[in-house]
Amino acid sequence: MTTAVLFDNVSRHFGAVRAVDGVNLEIAEGEFFAMLGPSGSGKTTCLRLMAGFEQPTGGHIEIFGETAEGVPPYRRSVNTVFQDYALFPHLSILDNVAYGLMVKGVGREERRKAAEDALAMVKLPGYGTRRPGQLSGGQRQRVALARALVNKPKVLLLDEPLGALDLKLREQMQEELKSLQKSLGITFVFVTHDQGEALSMADRIAVFNDGRIQQLGRPEDVYKQPKTRFVADFVGSSNVLPAKLCQRLGLKAPSASLRPEAIAIAAPANGALSLSGTVAAHSFLGAVNRVVVDVDGARVAVASPAALAVPELGSPVIISFDANELHPMEDA
Amino acid sequence: MRSDRLNRSPMGLKIAAGVGLAFLHLPILLIFLYAFTTEEKSYQFPPPGLTTQWFAVAWNRPDVWAALTLSVKVASIATAVALVLGTLCAAAVSQTRFFGRETISLLVILPIALPGIITGIALRSAFSMADIPFSFWTIVLGHATFCIVVVYNNAVARFRRISGSLIEASMDLGADGFQTFRYIILPNIGTALLAGGMLAFALSFDEVIVTTFTAGQQSTLPIWMLEELIRPRQRPVTNVVAMVVVLVTFLPILGAYYLTRDGDQIAGAGK
Repeated sequence: MTTAVLFDNVSRHFGAVRAVDGVNLEIAEGEFFAMLGPSGSGKTTCLRLMAGFEQPTGGHIEIFGETAEGVPPYRRSVNTVFQDYALFPHLSILDNVAYGLMVKGVGREERRKAAEDALAMVKLPGYGTRRPGQLSGGQRQRVALARALVNKPKVLLLDEPLGALDLKLREQMQEELKSLQKSLGITFVFVTHDQGEALSMADRIAVFNDGRIQQLGRPEDVYKQPKTRFVADFVGSSNVLPAKLCQRLGLKAPSASLRPEAIAIAAPANGALSLSGTVAAHSFLGAVNRVVVDVDGARVAVASPAALAVPELGSPVIISFDANELHPMEDA
Repeated sequence: MRSDRLNRSPMGLKIAAGVGLAFLHLPILLIFLYAFTTEEKSYQFPPPGLTTQWFAVAWNRPDVWAALTLSVKVASIATAVALVLGTLCAAAVSQTRFFGRETISLLVILPIALPGIITGIALRSAFSMADIPFSFWTIVLGHATFCIVVVYNNAVARFRRISGSLIEASMDLGADGFQTFRYIILPNIGTALLAGGMLAFALSFDEVIVTTFTAGQQSTLPIWMLEELIRPRQRPVTNVVAMVVVLVTFLPILGAYYLTRDGDQIAGAGK
């Protein structure tokens, strides 16, 4: 397995602000890698470090085994799809897409052909003569994608490319991006603050907060076994059990995560763990009822199948779950 | 309707506006009229007769040609200098952040805010202190100080409208700094530069005060006119030249106005 992008203890400080602070990651060739986090968490700065718009203040970056520090953006085999698309307003769509080939000195006829192929690939054949101002947001997004892919980059960087699209278009583009990535086999590095987007598209996710990677892993693992309270809050809707409940359950950890759908409102079966509390709230969510149980001041959400009866507010209940579902976390 | 009444202005105001505009522009028409008068020593009104002979006289006067070519040369070179320096300065101020950015922005604009006489005296004493003889080039330098301002102002406004990611996108797609300037920045600021350049040319072409302090023996066209007015000989020639000056300065300003007006949509269109 070839490493496409390597970050070795990379930092980018702006004065006292530690935008990126000691990040280690290794992205494999052909991988769809998502960097997930709230705004200001350092994920976009990491992307800009890969593109070459920023230089690290510490650490080491390699792109396909070559040192990236000091290499300007125009000498990297990396292309970016910008958040605001950054299409050139004075150029036609065809000239926008062919721009990368034009500055590399590819002949007129050849680059026209390549640009038209790229436009066809993003399902915009025949749009070449229009101007960026005449296209809708979704179409501009596709042009930005074609403009980057026509250069056959080794790594494609996408900076919240779907953020400006409406929900339906976004879901459609998620699928298209995923299948495009599969068919091209190019490494995609995707920045997003939408956990659903990251979970559904990525092969692996790095969850960022305060310039550091909180957790790095496959979507299922990040979702099911958050390592920190931040990941538990940001990625899933896991319950965070405080230390005293962990202790009661025989777990030595500052806190533990427990997914609502892993909990049953019932007496424990063989080997299962249980807690007792009172019903503090419930709401109907369609397929499930969300029941919030107060266990000694800690609120534990339970996703109870809608077919089951909902206990009354204030009534005492016993909740139970398999010991494997309880995952210790690193912080309180 | 109420809005109609609100929009209608009283007759007195209309007359006042008309008189104001007439006061501004009638003297200019008089200048044109005297270019055709038969009386050459004083400005009689009404002119005793009309003739076009002064155009031929002006055409054949070598001192007119000398002044005109000097003015055109000075204005062209001052504008060229201003275009290069003004654009570079605008690029630095609008695209990057550095210590003293606001101060530099202010210092660049200062020459046009200062009275020309201050700029003139300052330059004159600086030139003599540095033992620089007054020449064609000292006039160009003097004019460039305020020409830079108009180019800078036009360019900086346009630069601010270019999204920073356009330049990054260009670099990302493999264009180096020069290619990015050639293919992305220049097309987006082109009309602003043309407008700024035209204004600079017009400003330089009719400049008197700074020129009187920085010129040696040469006379630019406005200085020549000033000298001519004192001499009561072939006076209408001055008026003929004045018409030329109006055309040479007015047309570029008009052009600049239309260019920047239409240019409003150019750089912001892609967003």
